Amino acid sequence: MHITGRACFIKNASGALIDNIDTDMIFHNAHLHVTDIAQMAQYAFGNLSGWEKFPESASNYDILVVGGNFGAGSSRQQAVDCFIASGIKAILAESFAPIYFRNAINSGMAVLTLEGAQEGARQTLEEIPDGAELSVNLKTGEVAIGGKKGVISCPPIPPVLLSIIEAGGLFEFAKKTSK
Amino acid sequence: MHLTQTLIQKIVAAHSSERCRPGDVVWLSIDLATARDFGGANVVKNLEREYPETPVEDPSATLFTFDCQAPANTIGYANNQHIVRTFAKKHGIRIYDVNGGIGSHLIMDRGHCIPGSTAVGTDSHLNLVGAIGALGLGMGDRDIAFAFKTQRVWFKVPETIEVRMIGTFDYPTTPKDMALLFLGNLGPSGALNAAVEFCGAAVESLNLSGRITLSSLVTEAGGVAGLISPSEAVLDELKVSKGNRERVVKRDAGAPFVRKIEIDVSGLQPKVAMPGNPCSVVNITEVAGTPIDSVLIGSCTNGRYEDIVLAADILEGRKVKNGVMLKIAPATREIYGRLLKEGIISKLYDAGAIIVNQGCAGCAAGQVGMTGKGEVQISTGNRNFPGKQGAGDTYLASPVVAAYSAIYGEIRVPE
Repeated sequence: MHITGRACFIKNASGALIDNIDTDMIFHNAHLHVTDIAQMAQYAFGNLSGWEKFPESASNYDILVVGGNFGAGSSRQQAVDCFIASGIKAILAESFAPIYFRNAINSGMAVLTLEGAQEGARQTLEEIPDGAELSVNLKTGEVAIGGKKGVISCPPIPPVLLSIIEAGGLFEFAKKTSK
Repeated sequence: MHLTQTLIQKIVAAHSSERCRPGDVVWLSIDLATARDFGGANVVKNLEREYPETPVEDPSATLFTFDCQAPANTIGYANNQHIVRTFAKKHGIRIYDVNGGIGSHLIMDRGHCIPGSTAVGTDSHLNLVGAIGALGLGMGDRDIAFAFKTQRVWFKVPETIEVRMIGTFDYPTTPKDMALLFLGNLGPSGALNAAVEFCGAAVESLNLSGRITLSSLVTEAGGVAGLISPSEAVLDELKVSKGNRERVVKRDAGAPFVRKIEIDVSGLQPKVAMPGNPCSVVNITEVAGTPIDSVLIGSCTNGRYEDIVLAADILEGRKVKNGVMLKIAPATREIYGRLLKEGIISKLYDAGAIIVNQGCAGCAAGQVGMTGKGEVQISTGNRNFPGKQGAGDTYLASPVVAAYSAIYGEIRVPE
């Protein structure tokens, strides 16, 4: 499975990918009562300093590139679903917080991490301009940049988790496999 | 060759039929599946959409606990709680409603979650049941709906970090200061995607309340869970039956740890986490004298009977400083009741405290209210991310530091 599209790099004012973005920055607890996925896009990154206007430009992007420990904090599924509602198809992170990683896979969001990738992978990503075309291959862990293959090699997603993502999420996977 | 395993690996192996080495993805059988008022309505929505005929595999191993807003103070939460109540009634699932308290505490106190067992819930601090040597996992609403339906979840077996805490400390230092020391040492991703196994004399001497405080802060270090093998005293405190004591799990000798950390708590002084980051931990002397507007004592980290008694002993016969708000939220109704019957609530009332209903309160924008822009709060909770508890700044500290700060209207070094 691979996803190709325009990348949005979640950086701070000095151009570094932001680390430790927590679920209250992604989808604030004031909106936790929202259960309709279609209503979630408007709140994405609503409490992340400098990115409050992300929903206005989300339709320009397909892939999010984020720093370390992305999605720390609460177990809220909305912190993933708000990006699905925004049309984001993959998240490439230096690393994910454990619950966020589960929630992303269970929603059928394609995910890759740089844990185990070659040294300098993060810097390589930080130098790519906003909106550049990335292609992420979940089966091999390869990331292509602007059509150039194998620029970054991430660890591949374990087979069972890849099957869940390919099915479109946990429920869809369960239907296919009668798990 | 017999594979030696850490505490968490042994629990996982006992709940899965697959190979359980770090990095393996296994299907984990779940002894208890729970959902709260936060996440619960989405769990119900998922179940009614995906599995309308038989949404719940085993109602006796399934629970709802309402602890975020007790009772609901927004229409959204009120609606969601009622969606869950209606569903639970229809399918014969037990609810600890808004009069129950924090779910992660209730499931231990009421024997739904026992040492060596597995539990999941829509609470990122459900892993604090590691305090009794159980594996608790916080999850999103899809995972939990799937667990209600199948009593199983997928699980990537984590590496284990041994955190050995040695030495002793005296009052006014508390287990919270020990937990903040651990968190400050590790940082927000110091245990990322790993499990922590706490050991050492300083951990073994903790009672249940202190162990809960310690295990509750592992999420803030990015960890999957922080487990402690229960002592006889803790098993007695939990009234664990003879049969269930046989299920208590201990690590194998020579178990494989990815990393070993030793932390000496000798002479430890009270600690404070700076606003915005629970891992930004300093000695209290560095921030002593900082004016505060409000104080919150409670949460799944410090809402136990012992925590509130610590504060009451300080506040007895004294007054909260004029203009400062002291809010106290006991973790569960039983704790509230015990404090009431023993006259402790009365001491807190006389000192000027506001005592609110049992539950999570501060971290969930619940019944305890929120901070306003510019307001400075000191809280005994576990999370002070920007905007989490309102628009103000929140420091984290122990109940002792919180109580003294309430009296003086500033972050105060305990006497």
